[in-house]
Amino acid sequence: MNKAVNPNELKPADDGGPLYAARKKVYPQSVSGTFRRIKWSLMAVCLGVYYFLPFVRWNRGLGAPSQAVLIDLPNSRFYFFFIELWPQEVYYFTGLLIVAAVALFLMNSVGGRIWCGYLCPQTVWTDLFYAVERLVEGDRRERMKKDKSSDPLKLERISEIVLKHSIWILIAWWTGGAWVLYFSDAPTLVKELVTFQAPMIAYVWIGILTATTYLLAGFMREQVCTYMCPWPRIQAALTDEWALNVTYRYDRGEKRTSVKKAAELRALGQQVGDCVDCYQCVAVCPTGIDIRNGPQLECIQCGLCIDACDNVMAKIGRPKRLIGYDNDINIHRRQEGKAPIYRIVRARTVVYSAIIAAVGGIMIYTLATRSLLDVNVLHDRNPVAVKLSDGSIRNAYTVRLLNKSGYDRVIAIDADGPVNSTVHVVGVDSVTPDRPMIVIPRDSTSELRLLVTAPADNNPEKSIPVRFHVTDIGLGVVASATDNFVSP
Amino acid sequence: MTDHSSDIDSVSGKSTTGHEWDGIKELNTPLPRWWVITFYLTIVWAIGYWIVYPAWPLISSNTTGVFGYSSRADVAVELANLEKIRGDKMVALGAASLVDIEKDPALLALARAKGKTVFGDNCAPCHGSGAAGAKGYPNLNDDDWLWGGTLDQIMQTIQFGARSGHAKTHEGQMLAFGKDGVLKGDEIVTVANYVRSLSGLSTRNGYDAAKGQKIFAENCAACHGDAGKGNLELGAPNLTDKIWLYGSDEASLIETISQGRAGVMPAWEGRLDPATIKAMAVYVHSLGGGK
Repeated sequence: MNKAVNPNELKPADDGGPLYAARKKVYPQSVSGTFRRIKWSLMAVCLGVYYFLPFVRWNRGLGAPSQAVLIDLPNSRFYFFFIELWPQEVYYFTGLLIVAAVALFLMNSVGGRIWCGYLCPQTVWTDLFYAVERLVEGDRRERMKKDKSSDPLKLERISEIVLKHSIWILIAWWTGGAWVLYFSDAPTLVKELVTFQAPMIAYVWIGILTATTYLLAGFMREQVCTYMCPWPRIQAALTDEWALNVTYRYDRGEKRTSVKKAAELRALGQQVGDCVDCYQCVAVCPTGIDIRNGPQLECIQCGLCIDACDNVMAKIGRPKRLIGYDNDINIHRRQEGKAPIYRIVRARTVVYSAIIAAVGGIMIYTLATRSLLDVNVLHDRNPVAVKLSDGSIRNAYTVRLLNKSGYDRVIAIDADGPVNSTVHVVGVDSVTPDRPMIVIPRDSTSELRLLVTAPADNNPEKSIPVRFHVTDIGLGVVASATDNFVSP
Repeated sequence: MTDHSSDIDSVSGKSTTGHEWDGIKELNTPLPRWWVITFYLTIVWAIGYWIVYPAWPLISSNTTGVFGYSSRADVAVELANLEKIRGDKMVALGAASLVDIEKDPALLALARAKGKTVFGDNCAPCHGSGAAGAKGYPNLNDDDWLWGGTLDQIMQTIQFGARSGHAKTHEGQMLAFGKDGVLKGDEIVTVANYVRSLSGLSTRNGYDAAKGQKIFAENCAACHGDAGKGNLELGAPNLTDKIWLYGSDEASLIETISQGRAGVMPAWEGRLDPATIKAMAVYVHSLGGGK
């Protein structure tokens, strides 16, 4: 290992060089084809949903917000079309996150970094910003030439730069603007924003998201994926030999040479690859890598190199998909003259699908069967029990009633406790003996102080369970909770 | 910065910092420019901070900064805002009658919340944080009241206290029958057993019930009533129930009769504003023992 090295034989490249590698700016070239079309459509869908969803209305009746998707922080409510969630139902988000994570794993084991290449906000906005850049400053070569040029800036070039950044900032601003609309009634907030009447926090958040969008999509771009994002590292641990990834099919032969030379060599019966070394795949790559070097951390698998290569293959009359979604197994099989096999159904994809189905199923089931009337009981801790002057024992409870429905409810409370015990709610006169009735307004909670008294001759010797039943007088819906009755 | 571009390391072909130790030179590998710029920006920011915000300690104070910011002023503003938000509700609480407060769920919730906080700050040292009391300090959760358990009576006790020295305070105390020489030792033991018998507790062997009743009628009935049912006007407890402020065993009773009892409840009028006292009365009443 520790071989003696003559310092004079060292070349500059042998010195590791600085740990900091300066970024090489990427100038992706425009390309057309299947994957580009898929990316455009997904971009339209993703951005369309993000920008316009807050304006979709949903009728929930008078007094309730009419916005389809709304995160109502002051009132601690989350609205999603027909679903209304309370803070204590935050576990639905846990379920959603589990489904999202496993869906990501599933995507990865089927088709590699589908999320990175097509759906990730970083990809979508960067792609949009590149489109603007291309529209204003021209395609790859023009942009490279303009950036390299050492001529003094002319008015035309300055106006180009100003225009590009203006459009970028406009998009970024709209991105931040759409974000805050999810937290308040969108049309009202838009009006307030325009007339500068909106709360300060709205402007602050718009400012923050405008800045992050502008910086991440306009300047940092592929560096976010390469250096900041943990997913490339994680996904490498989740993939297997059957997962399809954007792959250069090296079984289509080496060596890489020009069309003309390849034809000559083929005529001589020599081995030549289909790749003509045109570097189109490198030119269109948004992360500036060469896919022919094999799977790389930087590759977000957007498929644009497939489009670029297909276009060239069509022109030179060679079969398409020299670059395509594939794996090493099939490359080796083809090299051995066998037919490729694609195995989508395998242990890990089945397990991932099963987890998604199970968690999704549980969420749908609990959502469909969740009660809109609920009761929580908390036993007084200090004192746990009180002896009254006639020797009877009383326990006090804090009862919280939750009415999640869109209408007021009249409810009665019963307690199955010690024999002959009585129930009283502070501030409520019982209409029927020992059955206090309370009105809970719609979409709200009521906290009551409830007293259960066991007569002197019936004092339970130790702690016994008490079951509280809450009955909707009109609808008969019952919710219940259990606590204990204790003696001093 | 010095220009070191002239001093090139022959091995790596890179410039050095010019520093040399035993013939070994340090390569010039500068920090990334963005890092250096950020570092200088934080220095500029810090200087701005010194000027704008309070920063430098002086001998007895500190620089106030050009904005005149202080976190104390922030708290004062927050408290004023809180008072403003609560203002209307506390006014409503002050205006409503005690009975109406208990009937109105919103006012009841406010009174209970306010009452609980104020109770914790002012009453808990004696009565306990859950108002469960202790020996000599009444349990406010039960239905046994020395001075009455209606809303008005509770409020009156909170306002003026008991034996507090306030002009309107509750007066009346348990006399020290033994210490003052009114009753002799054996008489005290006898009457103590008689008192125990009133609420059905066991009595000592050989105790003379008739003598006990006689001593009770002559000395105790004036305040506690002929039947020992007590008297709210005098704060004389009911001796026939199950609740004993100073204990029901013979020794405790003998101590009570010999030494007397005169616990003090301070008057809160003037220390707490009327609306707060109302909230307290409702809170104590709602604990469950209120009449």
